[in-house]
Amino acid sequence: MTRAERIVDNLNRALHEVMAADPSLHVLGEDIADPYGGAFKVTRGLSTQYGARVMTTPLSEGGIVGVGAGLALAGDKAIVEIMFGDFAGLAFDQLLNFASKSTRMYGRRVEIPLVVRCPTGGGRGYGPTHSQSLQKHFIGIPGLSVFEMSPFHDARLLLPYLLGLGEPCLLFEDKVLYTRRRFHGDEVDDLFTFELVGPPPYTACVRLDDDAEPDCTIIATGGVTHHALRAMRVLLLEDEITTRLLVPARLYPFEPEPLMPLLAGARHVCVAEESTAGGTWGGEVAHVLHARLWDSLRGPVRLVHSAPDVIPTAPHLERAVLVEDTAIRQAVLEALR
Amino acid sequence: MTGIAQAYRPPIAAIADEDLQLLLLIRHFELALLDLFGKGALNGTTHTCLGQEYIPVALRTLLREDDFVFSNHRGHGHFLARYPDPRGLLAEIMGREGALCGGVGGSQHIYHERFLSTGVQGESLPVAVGVGLRLKRTGHGALACAYIGDGTLGEGSVYEALNMARLWRVPLLVVVENNGIAQSTPTSRQMAGTVAGRAAAFGIGYHRVTTVDLAWIRDELGPLVTSVRQNSGPLIVEFMTHRIGPHSKGDDSRPAAERAHAELSGWHRAYEEAFPERFTEADTRQRELVAAIVAEVADRPPVAGGAA
Repeated sequence: MTRAERIVDNLNRALHEVMAADPSLHVLGEDIADPYGGAFKVTRGLSTQYGARVMTTPLSEGGIVGVGAGLALAGDKAIVEIMFGDFAGLAFDQLLNFASKSTRMYGRRVEIPLVVRCPTGGGRGYGPTHSQSLQKHFIGIPGLSVFEMSPFHDARLLLPYLLGLGEPCLLFEDKVLYTRRRFHGDEVDDLFTFELVGPPPYTACVRLDDDAEPDCTIIATGGVTHHALRAMRVLLLEDEITTRLLVPARLYPFEPEPLMPLLAGARHVCVAEESTAGGTWGGEVAHVLHARLWDSLRGPVRLVHSAPDVIPTAPHLERAVLVEDTAIRQAVLEALR
Repeated sequence: MTGIAQAYRPPIAAIADEDLQLLLLIRHFELALLDLFGKGALNGTTHTCLGQEYIPVALRTLLREDDFVFSNHRGHGHFLARYPDPRGLLAEIMGREGALCGGVGGSQHIYHERFLSTGVQGESLPVAVGVGLRLKRTGHGALACAYIGDGTLGEGSVYEALNMARLWRVPLLVVVENNGIAQSTPTSRQMAGTVAGRAAAFGIGYHRVTTVDLAWIRDELGPLVTSVRQNSGPLIVEFMTHRIGPHSKGDDSRPAAERAHAELSGWHRAYEEAFPERFTEADTRQRELVAAIVAEVADRPPVAGGAA
């Protein structure tokens, strides 16, 4: 059996495919040209293959997101790479007040096919301004959709989907995931299998083979998948608690309806993400689910996230702030207590 | 500050009827808005371009149909000089049927054909670079034109955009309407250096316009704009101008003498003195036209719908 693709290679292949398929598509970003090929090598080979449609840019995050929006407004399409997702703060105005607004503030729908890719998250010792998970700051903006890559989703389907939406999207890609491999077929490990459910861009559902109703459902962002899987294994083997994991590709707007067949009757739900505490994506998901699952839930949806603190550089300090499998396990245990 | 002598240099020799009508259409449109606000007939706020009407009117003949124009909060003149649809614009501002953007955008968020205005300072310039890249690639000589004010030069996005525009030789015409005041703050208190110095720093062509004479402006700018179309890269044109009205409404904190000077050195006085009879006739006609439009649009039902 061939080994599954690394996620960085999956994203790179997806970029090559969408560039080959659509001559109006442009990729912009800092240091993305060959031979460097981008800080995380996601864009490797693109400038060699597609020349002028791949633009390595000045250090101007706001500017290049604006340029991408301009190309999109004028009839092209654009994918903009923000080198570290942390720098998306510099592009906030273009996303908030131009790209997302323009799709609907002119009295008719205006297509802005723009994807802003944000390498995200900690665990690599990059320190407080290069390790954050900023998804939560982009939740709740009309006309702006937020997505996250996962080891279950195929970027070769996801990228064309995002470009086809005709409205600005943020795609978060956990930096730790880049060098990991995608899950193959339907197999996760010796205990769990997965399938993609609902309409595109799909939610991954990870469960035990027996498919009995789980004691608790964990909903997680793609970036914390591996923490969640470790927690699920320990919960099963040591605590005899069965769990099911849902990993949506689309974080916002969070669409509960396709998940209701899996969630109906749920007694316990935990939402896990790497964002620091306060105003989290999980808070939004919990609110949406409370309205639908109030009768079956035994307690409030539990939120698992990083500590309300800056993310330190030293590895032992960084681990103390960022969400880990132990926190997810703990939350599930407390929920069921 | 532009002196009267400069404004008259050389004596204005001619003006086409169409230009005179357009200047006065914009003037009366803006006056009508202030009047409607005074009567409580408008929602929110508006920013009139009183005194600056001649800038988009002068540029009108230099711009082509396939150019893409970006405007700002003070954009009614920019719009009317490009698309003479005062009914649609007023309906938009009043939230009435026939509104250009369904009543969602209002005064400062208009997107119509190849004209787009946004309400955040400096935001349009990077977008204009993106549109300009597309226009450059299609290769028909079209350009992106972005109006900004002197106050906009405080925004960092302006410099990110200028850098990229020059780097990639984008056909971008940046029109700086330097009216000497950013809302309430004199330019001398909010801008260090000069616009020319900023252009030079990026290696971008720069031209300064101090006259209100449309023919003179067009003669000066014609070859420069053509050169932008021919792949020479961006150009910054700075108009030394005057805002003779308030920033939005009833918020003009300048001394009366300064406002009087602005009025006296403007296009209105210059053309009125140069062509008194034609001016009076056109002025009356446009005042009546705008009054009729206001009555007609005010009578329409509220616009249906909402955000797209």
